[in-house]
Amino acid sequence: MEHYTMNLTLKVWKQKNKNEKGRFETYQVKNVSSEMSFLEMFDVLNEQLIAEGKEPIAFDHDCREGICGMCSMYINGRAHGPWHHTTTCQLHMREYKDGDTIVVEPWRASAFPVIKDLVVDRQSFDRIIQAGGYVSVNTGNAVDANALPIEKHMADEAFASAACIGCGACVAACPNASAMLFVSAKVSHLAMLPQGSPERKERVTNMINQMDKEGFGSCTNIGACEAECPKGISLENIARLNREYIGAMFDGGSQNAK
Amino acid sequence: MSWKNAFSSSVGKKIQMALTGLFLVLFLVVHCYVNAMIFWDDNGAKFTEAAHFMGTNVVIRITEIGLFAFLILHIVQGLKLWAQNRSRRNTRYAVSAGNATSKWYSRSMGILGTLILLFLILHISAFWAPNRASQTMGNGELDLYAMMRDAFQSLFVVVIYVLGCISLAWHLVHGFYSAFQTLGLAMNKYKGIINVVGVAFSIIVPLIFALMPIAFYLHWIE
Repeated sequence: MEHYTMNLTLKVWKQKNKNEKGRFETYQVKNVSSEMSFLEMFDVLNEQLIAEGKEPIAFDHDCREGICGMCSMYINGRAHGPWHHTTTCQLHMREYKDGDTIVVEPWRASAFPVIKDLVVDRQSFDRIIQAGGYVSVNTGNAVDANALPIEKHMADEAFASAACIGCGACVAACPNASAMLFVSAKVSHLAMLPQGSPERKERVTNMINQMDKEGFGSCTNIGACEAECPKGISLENIARLNREYIGAMFDGGSQNAK
Repeated sequence: MSWKNAFSSSVGKKIQMALTGLFLVLFLVVHCYVNAMIFWDDNGAKFTEAAHFMGTNVVIRITEIGLFAFLILHIVQGLKLWAQNRSRRNTRYAVSAGNATSKWYSRSMGILGTLILLFLILHISAFWAPNRASQTMGNGELDLYAMMRDAFQSLFVVVIYVLGCISLAWHLVHGFYSAFQTLGLAMNKYKGIINVVGVAFSIIVPLIFALMPIAFYLHWIE
């Protein structure tokens, strides 16, 4: 692909802190390379702002290779931008052409309050994990990894669910701001493995209770989450979560659930 | 988990919507089957016979109470969820994904449901309510066939009914699949068949319903 440079107009959400009202700020970025990633373009803009003595734009990022789940930008109406199965850091500027206007917003959900500019507080996800996204084991020597036989297709499906990086794009994309795709991926990947199976009923109950407590919306099976998920987490996980939940409803084993 | 907890949680409410929705789907099958008897074009003889059974059989009349209870639960819970879900995003996006990531009818279940509700109020007060009122007062059943024939001479009424059926069709396209997904049955293995049956149902049943007022208006049946 031919390399080219472009000048862009950016409309970026600026918000001082959680309590203050935010607004859009317009910026001009010049000589952006088509080979830059979207976040590198933001680096260039921030360098430019620092040189001008202005305040740079705050945004989340860490690994920049699409596996950590930190980056979180809502670009022209799309979580992580327009590319399929891609995080913001892996979106590249060859998607855009000279003179384009790009609107960048933070994830918007009551359960993800804005900390500053494009940075949102996703600790609600951590609290859902704390409620049940774990396996209890006694301490001691590590058990041999191959001691428990696991069917190949179950291992593959559990792995596909475990690919969730907890970025929150599902919540950002959902018209109801529901966290069901995230919770379903976490419930699924543990429920399908023998190590996670003993606690499955308590897990699904406690994680759903925590999800409701955090103020996420409820799932109405719209499917925007699946369309936007950078890791291709399937709606089948939500069907499995519902089955797990119905199972827990009928079972006394979930009495330990909070 | 207590049962109270199970029904008040977000997933519990989803399950209520799915179960009541599937019951209403079953009702549509029966209602459509009975009413389609007008197409025999025998001056309503077969239809009146079936309507008499539906209006007087004890089991059917008891089920009717359940039907209204489920319908009201579906409406109240649906509207509550709609309002609640809207409040989960205080600041709305300046640019939205629109149809790029989801279907308009999946996002519009609240509006489609409200249109169906408005239609139902008109529909029930035109046929069901006067008939049951007449029965209760000891005046016997009304001639529903004649009532249909008279009501559907007005183009305005026919248009309202067709619009009601269109709202129902789009509501069903999402609702049918959604019920199975909510009950955990829409695994990839079955997703294809659920979608095919769901879309076929959503087209065929509302189409048969819509043809009833049209048939009377155009004098296909007398």
